[in-house]
Amino acid sequence: MPILNRDARHEVTFTLNGETITGHAEPRLLLSDFLRHEIGATGTHVGCEHGICGACTVLIDGAAVRTCLMLAVQAGGRTIETVEGLATDEKFSPLQAAFHRNFALQCGFCTPGFLMSLTEALERNPDPSEDEIRDALSGNLCRCTGYQEIVDAALEAAAELRGKQTGT
Amino acid sequence: MKPAKFDYLAPETVDEATATLAERGDDARVMAGGQSLMPILNMRLARPELVIDIARIGTLNDIRLKDDMIEIGAGATQAALMRWPDLAAMAPLLAAALPHIGHFQTRNRGTVCGSLCHADPSSELPLCLAVLGGEVVLENARRQRTVGAAEFQTGMLSTAKEADELVVGARYPVARPGAGHAFLEMTRRRGDFAIVGLAAVARGGKMRLGVGGIADRPAVRDWDGLDGDALDDALNAFAWELGGTDDIHATARYRREMVRTLGRRAIEQARDACRS
Repeated sequence: MPILNRDARHEVTFTLNGETITGHAEPRLLLSDFLRHEIGATGTHVGCEHGICGACTVLIDGAAVRTCLMLAVQAGGRTIETVEGLATDEKFSPLQAAFHRNFALQCGFCTPGFLMSLTEALERNPDPSEDEIRDALSGNLCRCTGYQEIVDAALEAAAELRGKQTGT
Repeated sequence: MKPAKFDYLAPETVDEATATLAERGDDARVMAGGQSLMPILNMRLARPELVIDIARIGTLNDIRLKDDMIEIGAGATQAALMRWPDLAAMAPLLAAALPHIGHFQTRNRGTVCGSLCHADPSSELPLCLAVLGGEVVLENARRQRTVGAAEFQTGMLSTAKEADELVVGARYPVARPGAGHAFLEMTRRRGDFAIVGLAAVARGGKMRLGVGGIADRPAVRDWDGLDGDALDDALNAFAWELGGTDDIHATARYRREMVRTLGRRAIEQARDACRS
């Protein structure tokens, strides 16, 4: 691979929520800004821009990562899932529905990050304890809810998803 | 909070990376997972001319056993090490320490070697490397060399890595039969930088304690057959020798108390683990 020049915009092709997308980015462009400003996928929110708040979390090849700590040019060839990909046919996913039922959001700014973090966490651990949920959520900050409703929603969604898997 | 401009290279081989470092190493920064470097770039605490992203060098992703060492390639993430099937049996100290590193989202990208290179005094992986007596493998365009933990980390955020060198891997010794391990950490919130981190190894009557977060690099002490008041005295002396200072997170006095209290607890846990 050649050295990518700092002043040029370089082609980046990746899969976003099942769709192949191509955009252009300078080497220094953060993946979070690339998704929002170049691709127009504004569901991913930008909070602290140094990896603390978790608002910009997406799944890359199935793993929850902070897009403010990644460059757009690193996304080439990867599969990215964002909050826009959770609902199908305009219907909430079980996790989103549980957030809705439990009032697990107020201003909603942090919500996309919480949803994406929980998507991986529940996939890896379908039957989490409350402590495990709190540990999984420790990398996402919410300044409105006090977290209790988010924990409740996560446990409820986990139970519902388990039920689906076993067909009950 | 956006990085300054830089050129970017994602080499696919170690040779390509070291050839570029030979030419432009003085102005370049190597990035693996970017979980320490990206915040530094975002805050413009560093403005490298070139970022060399080694994440696409497939040969650096391996984690394997070799000569009683766990060899961890520079591309292997902390999450990959946590999921390495032999971890609990081969490296109980690492198994205990890894969950304390940041959050699962940062461990998904953060690498073991990246943490060693960043050399934060409160980091868990450099502390484990120091206590276990591990080593770091460095390569430049001409040769490879191996540096022990004590020589690798030279101070706060600084290491013995030369500008033309790439860290290609780290080696953590496999746990010895009959040894017990414990890792404890004091943080205000889950995933924060440790105010004090402690790693203990016990075997027979011997014990070793490492402390991170107080001095500019991990500090390690060995004791033989100490118990009761003698162990308390040794821990107290160690706590004072670390030369902790007051800052916004904790006072020096509090840090000394953490070494005395949690140091004792870590040693007791390591001893208990020997017997089990």
